[in-house]
Amino acid sequence: MSFLRFILQNRGQVLELTAEHLWLVGISTLFATLIGVPLGILVAHWPRLNKPVLGSANIIQTIPSLALFGFLLPVPWLGNRVDRLAILALTLYALLPIIRNTYTGIRGVDPAVMEAGRGMGLTDSQLLFQVELPLAVSVILSGVRTAVVISVGLATIAAAIGAGGLGEFIFRGLAMVDNRVILAGAVPAAILALLADLGVGWLERRLQPR
Amino acid sequence: MQPTAESPVIEFRNVSYRVGRTEVLRDLSLRAQPGEILALLGRSGSGKTTTLKLVNRLLSPTAGEVLVRGLSNAQADVIHLRRSIGYVIQDAGLFPHFTVAKNIGLVPRISGWPEPKIRARVEELLQLTGLAPEIASRYPHQLSGGQRQRVGVARALAADPEILLMDEPFGALDPLTRDELQREFLSLQKRLRKTVVFVTHDLREAMRLGSRIALMEAGKLVTVLSPADFLRSSDPWASAYVKAFGDLESAVAEGTS
Repeated sequence: MSFLRFILQNRGQVLELTAEHLWLVGISTLFATLIGVPLGILVAHWPRLNKPVLGSANIIQTIPSLALFGFLLPVPWLGNRVDRLAILALTLYALLPIIRNTYTGIRGVDPAVMEAGRGMGLTDSQLLFQVELPLAVSVILSGVRTAVVISVGLATIAAAIGAGGLGEFIFRGLAMVDNRVILAGAVPAAILALLADLGVGWLERRLQPR
Repeated sequence: MQPTAESPVIEFRNVSYRVGRTEVLRDLSLRAQPGEILALLGRSGSGKTTTLKLVNRLLSPTAGEVLVRGLSNAQADVIHLRRSIGYVIQDAGLFPHFTVAKNIGLVPRISGWPEPKIRARVEELLQLTGLAPEIASRYPHQLSGGQRQRVGVARALAADPEILLMDEPFGALDPLTRDELQREFLSLQKRLRKTVVFVTHDLREAMRLGSRIALMEAGKLVTVLSPADFLRSSDPWASAYVKAFGDLESAVAEGTS
């Protein structure tokens, strides 16, 4: 357990990198949710857009993360600040599960309930905010949960382009062939993923419609 | 055109509805008079549910026009139109994430009633539909099928609409509960005198509840008859129905008593 000693000795830096990591994941998940949920709603209501939107998100998902970071590096405004770049890449990766789950959640609302609502004179936005979203919220959140867990792992790779986060330890440890240093990055990242999973899972159950 | 004592609340004028090349409804002309229960009887795919949905404009006719209170539906404000028409469907279509009280109070709430007025109305409706007050705070999944359907009726009546559209509202219930709800609905209707359009495939139900029965087959209106005349009708479709359901004299006697 010598890596624990290493962590304790370097706790200042571990905390700093954990905070950086959290920030990268948090802000990119926020962006992905702000973009992905409306896109998912759009796709659920206009099935014609289903293929192009989900297809694009799927394609993004297939790009190896290291390659995506590399591709984006020469882009002017992004390349200046690597953390912007990392956030963009993480946002792109987080989109697919969020769009797909929003789509699934909204399509899963009982058509009879929708029709009753429409027949009673609810407007489209009342249907969306009072019926579809509340009934789909737990499915949407489980998409967010998947996105967060993926992001925590992916964000370690952001260190390869100097965007910080717990990946710093991992890459440094790899270079030094020192398992203690690798673990100092990997273990807190795993704990972070676990906590995020539990946290969003708790939220998901809280907001579950009866 | 036949002169009528009262102007119809709902009128179909040569209405057709087609989806692509399929004619779901062909040249339908039909009127619902104030305070009557017009039963739309027919088997699956006969166009009865389509007919119902044309009234609150969940569907729009591809030819002809539907008039509600003398005004063409095509010109009406659709949200306003729907809020002024009660709508009950099979399995009630209750919002699973709303309590009973919130389900019942929905139309008043979206119509901007003040909260105390909504609460009073919900209480009144629970009583009217034979539901215990403590049910108000329950969720639909905690109710029996009969209770859910009562809530469905209460919800449709909430804003006191003149018109009630009912799409096989008692279809999913066991015979005893159905019988109970039918009886209660009749006594409720005696007091409220709504104009009701009622979709069913059950002749017995149509006989019992309907002031008149509109028989539909393959997108066409076959005939409109009173329950008593329906039994004696020589129309092949009507007599086929009567034959399929066997002895119905008693049901008619009960419905018109």
